[in-house]
Amino acid sequence: MAKMNMIAALNSALKNQLENDENVVIFGEDVGYFGGVFRVTAGLQEEFGAHRVFDSPLAEGGIAAVAFGMGLNGLRPVVEMQFADYIFPAYDQIVNEIAKLRHRSGGEYSTPVTIRTPAGGGIKGGHHHSQSPEAQFTHTPGIKVVYCSNPYNAKGLLASAIECNDPVIFFEPKRCYRGPFYGDPHNVPTWNNHPMGEVPEEHYTIPLEQANIVQEGSACTVIAWGTMVHVCEEAIKKSGVDCELIDLQTLVPWDRDTVVNSVKKTGRCVIVHEAPKTSGFGAEMSASIQERCFYHLEAPIERVCGWDTPFPHTTEWDYMPSPQRIADAINRTQEE
Amino acid sequence: MGERTTATTAPYTVGTAPFRPGDEPVFAKGFTEQPGDLGMPDPIKATADDTMAHAKGLVRVLDDAGNASGEWDPQLDEDSLKLGLEYMLRLRVFDDRMIKMQRTGKLSFYMRSFGEEAVAIAQTMALETQDWLFPSYRQPGAQFVRGRDMVSMICHCIGNTEDNVRGRQMPVHYTWKEGRFISISSPVGTQFSQAVGVAMASAYKGLDEVCITWLGDGTSAQGDYHYGLNFASTFKAPVILNVVNNQWAISTHKNLATGGRTFAERGLAYDIPSFRVDGNDFLALYSVTKWARKRAAAGLGATHIEVYTYRAGAHSSSDDPSAYRPQNEHELWPGGDPIDRLKQHMEKIGIWDSNQHDALIQKIDDEVMTAYKKACEFGDLANGPYPPASTIFTEVYEEVPWHIQEQREELGK
Repeated sequence: MAKMNMIAALNSALKNQLENDENVVIFGEDVGYFGGVFRVTAGLQEEFGAHRVFDSPLAEGGIAAVAFGMGLNGLRPVVEMQFADYIFPAYDQIVNEIAKLRHRSGGEYSTPVTIRTPAGGGIKGGHHHSQSPEAQFTHTPGIKVVYCSNPYNAKGLLASAIECNDPVIFFEPKRCYRGPFYGDPHNVPTWNNHPMGEVPEEHYTIPLEQANIVQEGSACTVIAWGTMVHVCEEAIKKSGVDCELIDLQTLVPWDRDTVVNSVKKTGRCVIVHEAPKTSGFGAEMSASIQERCFYHLEAPIERVCGWDTPFPHTTEWDYMPSPQRIADAINRTQEE
Repeated sequence: MGERTTATTAPYTVGTAPFRPGDEPVFAKGFTEQPGDLGMPDPIKATADDTMAHAKGLVRVLDDAGNASGEWDPQLDEDSLKLGLEYMLRLRVFDDRMIKMQRTGKLSFYMRSFGEEAVAIAQTMALETQDWLFPSYRQPGAQFVRGRDMVSMICHCIGNTEDNVRGRQMPVHYTWKEGRFISISSPVGTQFSQAVGVAMASAYKGLDEVCITWLGDGTSAQGDYHYGLNFASTFKAPVILNVVNNQWAISTHKNLATGGRTFAERGLAYDIPSFRVDGNDFLALYSVTKWARKRAAAGLGATHIEVYTYRAGAHSSSDDPSAYRPQNEHELWPGGDPIDRLKQHMEKIGIWDSNQHDALIQKIDDEVMTAYKKACEFGDLANGPYPPASTIFTEVYEEVPWHIQEQREELGK
């Protein structure tokens, strides 16, 4: 075990993959010589060579398309989209091409592309460096959607994503690269003293489709992913309610059984995400939960989300779900 | 089925930068291309083919000693030269002040134009005030030419209550309608093809307006660059399309943005007259832009310009170029510094001296400090006050729809 922040853990996962599978190649904007603007790929080009880890032209659509072709022809490309906000020039290649190749070719072809992308707010990045566009992809059949939240699950989930024969889009909450974020921008710890900052150097995987029960509880189920997992921990403390906190980890396909069993136990549910509320993944979950837990529910399912507006710059703490807003929602579920 | 064979050489080419940290950059001393090498084709009669040499070569007016010569010399009067120098100095001083303030948390982020001050300033001076400016993030200097108040620019950067975009955008993402300076967007290159649409609308309305746009060498890999060239070529839109080749896209050298040829030459394939211009030569930039405007205004369509320069500073306040390029590389750039070169020329023709220069810097420094202090009276990012949280919900649509109104009430601010 070693102490790692999320950047080191992701780097470690990539290194293991490059060592274990000669078909793994990594590319994207600034990922080669420099090692990425967030340094996730630092040192990999030097160790594995420029034909395996390289800088690409600045063109997300081109990156996705070339990854599609490489994956189709037997390689296992792992590409970085520098910010999730910049993924949209690649949207056609991801949605219409990468995600649909297996199905449209009658299973003759497939392309096991992994798309890594830093997402989410809390870094004063304004509307083009803060978005959390997971729902744009959960609505796309054919691609798995993963959202890590800490160094330990970042490494294990990324290993699974790369080894998966289906394409995967892998969201990294950039606010948590160097430490968990509990909703207070003036008090930001590192991963040093966090149990999930203990990460094995060697290869391991965390299965996709498996949620993680962060803490058990009996009075309310709180579901989140990415940065919001940590904000929810703080909110639960604030609420004083005995909550079960579930880190969803994989959004498509999501671990419905774990969620449904929890809600049947607690009878209450709060879903939290940074992305706008309308058509967010919380809406899908809420619908599915009520279909299966209708007779167990003691209160309406609550969603605490980003507003249905662009992500602001100076006022981002009024935009992102705060511990207080989440605690208020938890408390509403407890009302008689 | 193909079998894997062991490659004895690299399986495909991966470009790299000519110099990396630890290398001593060796550039040619000065450019081989000289002022006067390239003539000026008639802007009305010229075809794209008439600019082949210009697209491969380098249009220059100022030589290494500061003399202006050749057909491209715009023969600017003394006042225009002084104004150009003042705008460039103002941008440099402004940038230095803002980056200092960024380090104290007064703004979240900043991007300097260091080494590229001539680009937007000379080019905007060559245009008419009704022309549209569609910049990327390293052309804020155009606003000085159009007379934007520095207080207003700083208020945007520090995200205070007087920020005209209400704290919604990161710093340097200026919008200024009065100066026809269109809102800067972080997703790079989007403006390039949008500018063609702006120009087509001007043409549709029969107005004497052109639209100028810029993107970087790195961004020229994006589809938007190629859409822009093709639409401009197809519709002969009155647009001036610039690729600012400053050698670096964050850490990615231009060798990784293209497999070869100059950026300017790409325009020839779209049958658009194309020029490669010394981007640190104020006079050459001015002159080529004037040429392009004349042609666009005559209904003959677009001009494509590669502005050949060097990004002397970091990409942004979040970047550390010492990790990927020699720290002294910009000092050895054969194109020199745009401010030094114009100053040298003005001294040479006897309209400027170092006392005047120092006095001007002092005057600008005072103006920038005064503007900065004034702006801070309305708040800054470190201390507030910010635009009210209600601004999150307004101007998403023309009118606030019920679901957003409900959310605003839920926030209670």
